[in-house]
Amino acid sequence: MSETATTDYLDCLLKSWSTKSNQPLSWLNQLRASAIDYVGTQRLPTKGDEEWRFTDISALARLSFQSAQSNTDLQAQDIKHLHLKEAKNSLVFVDGHYSAQLSTIIDSATLEIGNLSEFLLTHAAILESHFGQYAKFDNNVFAALNTAFLRDCALIIVPKNTAIAEPVHLLFIAAQSEVTSYPRCLIIGESGSSVTFVEEYVSLREAAYVTNSVTEISLSANAHARHIRIQRESTQAYHLANCAVSLVHGSNYQSVSISSGAQISRYNLDVQLIDEAAECTIDGLALISDNQLADTHTCIDHIKPNGTSRQQHKCIVNDKAHAVFNGKIIVRPHAQQTNSSQSSRNLLLSKTAQVDTKPQLEIFADDVKCAHGATVGQLDKEEIFYLESRGLSETAARSLLTYAFGAEIINRIPVSSLRQQLEQTVLNQTQDNKL
Amino acid sequence: MIVKNSKTLLSVEGLRASINGTEILKGIDLTVKSGEIHAIMGLNGSGKSTLAKVLAGHSAYEITGGTVRFEDKDLLELAPEDRARAGLFLAFQYPIEIPGVANTQFLRLAYNTIQAQRGKDELDPLEFDDFVREKMKLLDMNPDFLDRSVNEGFSGGEKKRNEILQMALLEPKLSILDEMDSGLDIDALKTVANGVNQIANKDNATILVTHYQRLLDYVVPDFVHIIQSGSIVMTGGKELALELETRGYDWVTANKQSIAGAVA
Ligand SMILES: Nc1ncnc2c1ncn2[C@@H]1O[C@H](COP(=O)(O)OP(=O)(O)OP(=O)(O)O)[C@@H](O)[C@H]1O
Ligand SMILES: [Mg+2]
Repeated sequence: MSETATTDYLDCLLKSWSTKSNQPLSWLNQLRASAIDYVGTQRLPTKGDEEWRFTDISALARLSFQSAQSNTDLQAQDIKHLHLKEAKNSLVFVDGHYSAQLSTIIDSATLEIGNLSEFLLTHAAILESHFGQYAKFDNNVFAALNTAFLRDCALIIVPKNTAIAEPVHLLFIAAQSEVTSYPRCLIIGESGSSVTFVEEYVSLREAAYVTNSVTEISLSANAHARHIRIQRESTQAYHLANCAVSLVHGSNYQSVSISSGAQISRYNLDVQLIDEAAECTIDGLALISDNQLADTHTCIDHIKPNGTSRQQHKCIVNDKAHAVFNGKIIVRPHAQQTNSSQSSRNLLLSKTAQVDTKPQLEIFADDVKCAHGATVGQLDKEEIFYLESRGLSETAARSLLTYAFGAEIINRIPVSSLRQQLEQTVLNQTQDNKL
Repeated sequence: MIVKNSKTLLSVEGLRASINGTEILKGIDLTVKSGEIHAIMGLNGSGKSTLAKVLAGHSAYEITGGTVRFEDKDLLELAPEDRARAGLFLAFQYPIEIPGVANTQFLRLAYNTIQAQRGKDELDPLEFDDFVREKMKLLDMNPDFLDRSVNEGFSGGEKKRNEILQMALLEPKLSILDEMDSGLDIDALKTVANGVNQIANKDNATILVTHYQRLLDYVVPDFVHIIQSGSIVMTGGKELALELETRGYDWVTANKQSIAGAVA
């Protein structure tokens, strides 16, 4: 990105920025100040930028959604339906602001879990060594904006050799319209630990707003994290998200991310295997209709030998919706014996639906196994006929097959109530496809 | 079994069908009455599967002539699912794999759809589980196949058993079994044939499409039809299959007029 004039959107934000924060620590203020300095040199990306070739966010520039103020009138009753029954611990953020009242922390003896203002008092040193270290903003204006404007952060530290059985729920609720919120998460898995967490973005009603989120995940030796990411924002919302994952020796990161909401969503996932024998499994499903656009950019960077990565990304696209998948896999010169596979499969449910999928392999080591493949297609006529010949109506046959296509990804979610909810979402969204 | 005065289930007259402008069925005549078992034999590419799929309502084929009645209905007017609901069943030569759909979920959905159509009670997952396990015993099938995706990774023989399992569940009036014997070892063939025999009764009928006389030792047909280039050129009793086994299709070509004439 070059140093051309900043747009109104960034101008507005720059003017509104101040250090009048309640965070006393200077390292954090310094980080925020350098983030805002960086924003000052930038403009919003356009379709002219290679990384934004298919995703037009020019409409964002015309919005002047200010940072969301805290909204306190939400009651536990209002969000009961969002509760995950398997989760003992949940952190709830409303428009980016932590709500102690809506959150439930039960496991504080085995698990360090809380929000930023608390942790700045109790875990200052560990925060300073991780916060902002993975999601670098020197090449990413949205990560910079998040860093400059964040109001709080969801924090999980899983202590050494501790396995947490129940999933932790990080719930980000959009309650107000015409505001921007800046959710932030930091998950630290100490060596030999194991945790499952659900990062979920929802809206209480159909409204226009912007979510700009950043998640950082750091796993120490032999740590294991299962990351379930659910994006079901309002279909008028913009969702711009960055997630950065750092894996050292023998650690294992598994993620399943589902995007079904937002007018325009962009999810950047960067996984760095910075040490030997790290492993990641990355599954994604975009399920969109009407005029939605869902853009997923992933980068899996094999830096050291003996790493394994497996990725499967699927899109189910109906009406005039548009799905984008760009999956970069880097195998650096020292990363011998890397084993990597990637598959992108796309189902178009209408003649006007669109998919742009692009695998991007950059392999600089010679002794590696890398397999990748991409398909774009419609429901198979022979499969439909088979089901019809068993008495299913054409509509039932189509919706079952579409469901099955998505179920392959949904079935990898290790939280059964969430799986059931999502299966229902797929069934509802695919009831009336047109091809 | 041939039952005196039994009613006609299927009546095909002069059926012609094409795919992509190529005529495959060139005037098929076939009458099947309840209680009967028919065998259809013929060389590769002669149109056996085409006939089966046209009867089941595959949309890729264009019907260019003839009529088909199924009981009191004009079969060609019905959508494929309505043919199934009316009691027609096709066991596919190449059953389709459906990753992501558990076999038990699929079987229950098909079963309940047909039950609802017949005005009978649907079964919930637990009730269905008991019911389907009983039927699987009939075919000596491992219950593990319930939890796997429909036909995904099933061996050729396992897929065929899964087809016959569906037949056992849906209790059709007319079953068309397209090469159910291909890919079955001899023990499996006996088991599956035994299943078919148990399902057959005086009120339903079966059409077996096969290349091999061997199947007909276990499921004994009342009629054997030989199809060549899209039409039935010879019809006889179960001996015709034996005759074909020893004399081959050249004999059929040389004799089709005279024998067909003799049968008629
Ligand atoms: N899409 C198509 N376009 C053109 N010809 C086709 C098409 N599909 C099938 N056919 C032809 O129709 C003919 C009949 O095929 P069918 O599958 O009915 O044969 P079959 O008797 O079942 O053979 P087999 O014993 O090998 O199963 C074949 O010659 C086949 O090539
Ligand atoms: Mg065939």
